Amino acid sequence: MATLTELTPKLAPMEPVPFVVRSIRDELSDTFTLELDPPDGVFEFLPGQFTMLYVFGIGEVPISVSGDPAQPSTLVQTIRGVGAVTYALRQVRPGDVVGVRGPFGTEWPLAEADGHDIVFVAGGIGLAPLRPAIYSVLANRQRYGKVVLLYGARSPSDMLFTQELLEWGGRYDVDVLITVDNADRQWRGAVGVVTKLVRRAPFDPHDTVAMVCGPEVMMRFSAQELEGRGVPQHRIHLSMERNMKCGIGLCGHCQFGGRFVCWQGPVFSYDELAPLLLVKEV
Amino acid sequence: MTTTLDQVLGAQAFFAGLDDEHLATLASVAEPVSVAIGRKVFHEGDVADACYLLLEGDVALEMDIPGRGPHVLQTLHAGDMLGWSWLVSPFRYAYDAQALTEVKAIRFDAVALRSAKDTDKVFGYELMQRFAEVLVRRMQAARLQLLDVYGNAH
Ligand SMILES: Cc1cc2nc3c(=O)[nH]c(=O)nc-3n(C[C@H](O)[C@H](O)[C@H](O)COP(=O)(O)OP(=O)(O)OC[C@H]3O[C@@H](n4cnc5c(N)ncnc54)[C@H](O)[C@@H]3O)c2cc1C
Ligand code: FES
Repeated sequence: MATLTELTPKLAPMEPVPFVVRSIRDELSDTFTLELDPPDGVFEFLPGQFTMLYVFGIGEVPISVSGDPAQPSTLVQTIRGVGAVTYALRQVRPGDVVGVRGPFGTEWPLAEADGHDIVFVAGGIGLAPLRPAIYSVLANRQRYGKVVLLYGARSPSDMLFTQELLEWGGRYDVDVLITVDNADRQWRGAVGVVTKLVRRAPFDPHDTVAMVCGPEVMMRFSAQELEGRGVPQHRIHLSMERNMKCGIGLCGHCQFGGRFVCWQGPVFSYDELAPLLLVKEV
Repeated sequence: MTTTLDQVLGAQAFFAGLDDEHLATLASVAEPVSVAIGRKVFHEGDVADACYLLLEGDVALEMDIPGRGPHVLQTLHAGDMLGWSWLVSPFRYAYDAQALTEVKAIRFDAVALRSAKDTDKVFGYELMQRFAEVLVRRMQAARLQLLDVYGNAH
């Protein structure tokens, strides 16, 4: 595992860097995407990493990067409004300035997946932190075996990135299976929890790397289902969320059992997490 | 070489592990059926006279909610077993089942199946074990749906 020093960005890690808002786009009624211009024109990150986004005078929150790592000229982040800071982020306008620290944290295991099947399992807004990994995999499609994306949303109108889901689903070399928890009869697709898709998805469980992102309960059950199909625990990776303050392993806010989500995560392998996921209030 | 119904059934994950005699029992109460897109496989309240193993296509389990119209509770797909109301009194379907695509399935006659499982207890046990697994999985899935995990938790 990388050390804290290796993962800490080169800039003074506690100092927010001013990024100018280029655009803000509504994705869903409560979810939007920000495009931010880095001051020196480049923001490099690894799929799975997050930044600490600062609304001056309000506060700072960890948000995963949701953009394409091959296009580092813009920092793209997709955010769901749930409280003070994320609501304030929804209010920013093009030309405003927000503070950015990072990128921080561990990456999705794309190198480990080289030569193997890949299964992405996304739930709700969990598709956003996975999107950079999906872009990378599709840009290097020949390196991998089967590529499967399983996406679960609350209802058809809560589905994120629908245009891209359509595009990916239209490719002959990617299998996209989508399900929603609730639908009326207008919806012609699958209804049921995302874990059900794991059973019928076309991949070789003994030769698969799985990347799972979504609400914690959904990740727990998805990991169990993947394991039930034969994917070994160490090949299943989850992105965890915990409240954060420093983002760089100093304050202990993000502790999850004996681990710090900010620098030892957010992406962990399931064999590290399985015993902890069942412990309440960790 | 033609494939017999026993062989088709034996190749289904749902019946994995059943011996030849039990597969033959199943085949004796089974028939292949097709359901056109948009047609109902069964209606809520109808006598539950069959269950169906889906071979191809998708089926929606629906319930009509007064004032809100038909609501899809769950969809079933190839390999899934459709219908368990035949197992328990009052033997009436609890939902509408509508074909979302062209559907190919194997239909099992419920009266014959009930009598076969009561006559041959080992067969009955094997069958119930498989249905129990489906029921437990569906109940767990339904609970997860109820939790509304993607909803605003705050
Ligand atoms: C590594 C990491 C990556 C993340 N990536 C994203 C992302 O890409 N997009 C995104 O929208 N959010 C993401 N989050 C979650 C985001 O950080 C929180 O939603 C945010 O901190 C809430 O701050 P707030 O001030 O708006 O709300 P607060 O006022 O702090 O909280 C409002 C309510 O939301 C609850 N809450 C706070 N944080 C979370 C959380 N993480 N999960 C569930 N409930 C929470 C609180 O308990 C409270 O009830 C990520 C979190 C982590 C740790
Ligand atoms: S947020 Fe401070 S240690 Fe992780």
